[in-house]
Amino acid sequence: MEVFATALPALNDAFGMILQPHVIGYLILGVVMGLCIGVFPGLGGIAGLSLLLPFMFGMEPVTGLALMIGMVAVVPTSDTFASVLMGIPGSSASQATVLDGFPMAKKGQAARALSAAFASSLFGGLVGAAFLTVFILAARPIVLLFQTPELLMITIFGLSMVGILAGRVALKGLVAACLGILVGTIGEGASSGALRMSSYDMPYLVDGLKLVIVGLGIFAIPEIVALLRQDKAISDRAPLGGGWLSGVKDWWANKWLSMRCSLIGVVVGVIPGLGGSVVDWIAYGHTVQTAKDKSQFGSGDVRGVIGPESSNNAKEGGGLVPTLLFGIPGSGSMAIFISAVALLGSGSIEVGPSMLKNNLDFTYTIVWLLALANVVGTIICICASGGIARLTSIRFALLAPFLFMIISFAAFQSRQEIWDLVALFGIGLLGILMRRFDWSRPAFLIGFVLSAPAERYTNQAYQIGASRFRRSFEDGLEYVFSPIVIVLIIITLISVVIGLRQAKNIQAEGAVASGSKRAPLIFLLAVTGYIGLAYWNSAIIPDFARMDRVFPVFVATVALVGCALLLVQMMLKPETNAVFADREAQEADVNTHGLWGTLAWFASLLVASALGGFILALAGFLLLFIRLRAGKSWAFAAAYTGIGILFICGMAATLGRDFPPGLLQSHVDLPWPLT
Amino acid sequence: MFCKTLRPLAGALAMSSALAGVQAMADGHAIDLEGKTVEWIIPFSETGGSAKWANFYAPLLSEALPGNPTVVVTFMPGAGSTKGANHFQGLKYEDGTTIFGSSGSTQFPYLLSDPRVRYEYGDWNVVLASGTGGVSYLPADLAGRLGDGGDASPLAGEDFIYGSQGATRLDLVPLLAWEMLGLQVEPVFGIEGRGDGRLMFERGEANIDYQTSSSFLSGVTPLVEAGTAVPWFSFGSLDADGNIVRDPTFPDMPSFKEVCEATEGCATEGEQWDAWKAFFVAGFPAQKMVFLPAGAPDAAIATFTEAFEAVQARADFAEISEKRLGVYPQLTGAAAQTALDSATQVPQEAKDFVINWLSDRYGVVLK
Repeated sequence: MEVFATALPALNDAFGMILQPHVIGYLILGVVMGLCIGVFPGLGGIAGLSLLLPFMFGMEPVTGLALMIGMVAVVPTSDTFASVLMGIPGSSASQATVLDGFPMAKKGQAARALSAAFASSLFGGLVGAAFLTVFILAARPIVLLFQTPELLMITIFGLSMVGILAGRVALKGLVAACLGILVGTIGEGASSGALRMSSYDMPYLVDGLKLVIVGLGIFAIPEIVALLRQDKAISDRAPLGGGWLSGVKDWWANKWLSMRCSLIGVVVGVIPGLGGSVVDWIAYGHTVQTAKDKSQFGSGDVRGVIGPESSNNAKEGGGLVPTLLFGIPGSGSMAIFISAVALLGSGSIEVGPSMLKNNLDFTYTIVWLLALANVVGTIICICASGGIARLTSIRFALLAPFLFMIISFAAFQSRQEIWDLVALFGIGLLGILMRRFDWSRPAFLIGFVLSAPAERYTNQAYQIGASRFRRSFEDGLEYVFSPIVIVLIIITLISVVIGLRQAKNIQAEGAVASGSKRAPLIFLLAVTGYIGLAYWNSAIIPDFARMDRVFPVFVATVALVGCALLLVQMMLKPETNAVFADREAQEADVNTHGLWGTLAWFASLLVASALGGFILALAGFLLLFIRLRAGKSWAFAAAYTGIGILFICGMAATLGRDFPPGLLQSHVDLPWPLT
Repeated sequence: MFCKTLRPLAGALAMSSALAGVQAMADGHAIDLEGKTVEWIIPFSETGGSAKWANFYAPLLSEALPGNPTVVVTFMPGAGSTKGANHFQGLKYEDGTTIFGSSGSTQFPYLLSDPRVRYEYGDWNVVLASGTGGVSYLPADLAGRLGDGGDASPLAGEDFIYGSQGATRLDLVPLLAWEMLGLQVEPVFGIEGRGDGRLMFERGEANIDYQTSSSFLSGVTPLVEAGTAVPWFSFGSLDADGNIVRDPTFPDMPSFKEVCEATEGCATEGEQWDAWKAFFVAGFPAQKMVFLPAGAPDAAIATFTEAFEAVQARADFAEISEKRLGVYPQLTGAAAQTALDSATQVPQEAKDFVINWLSDRYGVVLK
């Protein structure tokens, strides 16, 4: 009762602040701006918020908040467009949505998938807000219970989702996940700064690869290339009628699933340090595990959209807890949010421990503005989804250059160097091959995302645990095996067992036929080669930096054992076995263009960028691609190029970004945007 | 090289600044930035303390510069800020539309001869130096065992855990201070910001921590009020003669020097003390600085210097800066130059001492 006595008046004040016409107006403005940015893959809330920051100074706190929250809240809603329609994960929040959403779009059910996703997002956002309203008052001691061993166990639980997404050959999934982890360890070690698979002569790799690049490379590029080779529209049949209403009905039929996944989203979002990057995978895993009929997952089961989408908006609400209560941002956009609140309140409102005590009404305003922004954003998105879904019936050769332009631009936001594009191309190539040989790309991505937290928490838990054990044995034991840790271990074990038992039925990326033995074997050997190199590279890290050595060496050892077992399987099994899966064989009759020919287009864009800078290269690329590959007239190609260049320059100008310069630019001074 | 964006600022803000602009131009030595965009490069991500600092100053600077140019903060993170600094080193002065904000994390690799450093502070032109301080604090039970005047001797046998961002960062200053006091502190590396270090302290995993002043005020004060944390000492502040005195933001807290004097075995002279003091001075009293690139003419330096002076002359400056920057000197002109010199011209013996200490104690080899 005491809780309600403090909460209700504050809640009342909060609604008083929110329900003013100008506040709602700014909220809608923020939502529209957020939608415009979120629709483009790879440009998350960080870009949008940095855009708003200069306007914040001197604004009335509530209106400024409304504008900002409107923008942050809709990014995980609007990025669904790219995930479902193009198979491109718009942001880390909607990676799992791709798995079932995109196959639905291919079947002509894009509008249904989108509206199911939006309905789930809305519901998740509201559940998150309602939950937070009560929970935020009691959250502090609970959040503090999650010490390093607990965080480590949650990370391991996230990794155990690999079990479900491993594909037909569980070993391949395991090796893919290890490969993802190893790619995630590239760069300076967090503990002692030892370099792994990088050197100071190649500064790009020292900071490691960014999630944007790996996400786009591993999912977007293979899909774009695959669709281009078939040279038709994304959807292989006419769109079904009554699209958006049936999606909402789908959501209603699965409302309890949606509720459970929303709660998963809030709870994982609340825990600082993990951020939201695993929430959608855990929700997807939960959806699959609890479903009776699993046969359709990966080839367009609407539940595979509802689960992750319910969780990812709820997570934004959950992420507010560490941000508001501890002043520790749960994500990059939250970090900017903190500094923006400081700008707004001119110092009188400081995000952090004092927020609850002194500004509870303000806290509730933030929570419910977020919920309201979800409602507004969802309504706009559902209204737009029917129209936008028609994109899937456009011939893909006309869409692809534009998409490639956008993802190159998005990748380039990572470090603003030409190397961003090289990395995108390299990871893209890996993604293409993994897709071809049916190695689980979700497993790779989960490994990559959780690589840094897994290593960090392992090292920290080890160090702190050792200190506790030095103090006394009971102390150490109590620290390492707290009740929460034990519960998490049990959940993880159950999830792994269920996952392994069911993995064969769940083909997260559809069925793949087998071809000849040679190509899959060469790919396996190449993967083994890289892992061997990574093993050797980390094994030579000297003793004083051993904390940076242990983790990659351990993971590489596991992966090498997996590779060896796969090699044995390949020697023993006939060529029809799933271990030799090869999409080239399966799709040979639908592909009208060769793989290397298609890739050469993108390689040439890369090389031309390195020589003449991104904009000049892009202009040439668009013009020639539309004329030669898509077979349109020169006039059409020129118009397409003009619009494309104008669009990308407009976007760069609003976001205040430059394009990668090439060799030409180091010799000649050119005006923007050619710089 | 950079995209020039026009971003209109709230119009009402622009008015008060017209005065400053007119004055500067009347002197006939100012550069006019009307219609231009000043790009302020911050070599960190959008999420760090330097971002807060630059975002605080950017709109104020825009008002105060002649012609009221738009001031855009550009983030160029990478390689512990050395990437952005190296980039800035490569720039030549053109028209005063590029400035750079460095931090203690940019200064330390420079002092420690980090192989990635390709920049030279001596080439740049400082126009602002912002100081800060730091406070070390303990859990209540351990703080209760301290001797008179913060004497650390009773804690000599304790196992301390400290969440650290890395021994070569600003953390070097507290780590060396605790070692001088005879504490056994094991740094747990790999945390991503001081906020995470504080969280580790709150969870009871770390049992010693430090925060810079502004973070202490906002993040630790509530813990102190709740009785879970007790401040131990501030690193102190420099007086006009270069002596370490109590930090004016925390006048009731002993400085590290006082605690060191109260603790047996901790000397406030000699090699170790000199090294600590040199790195403290490099990292805190002139932690964040604004530079114009090499080759900037006097007119440009004077224009920016006057702009920062005008910002500080605002009637509301004390009020709006206190919460966000703490009560620390925001130095311009000759004072900024002096601060820069003391922050970057560390005696070779101090450097050698710290480089040896890092390699002996943490196995860090900077090659």
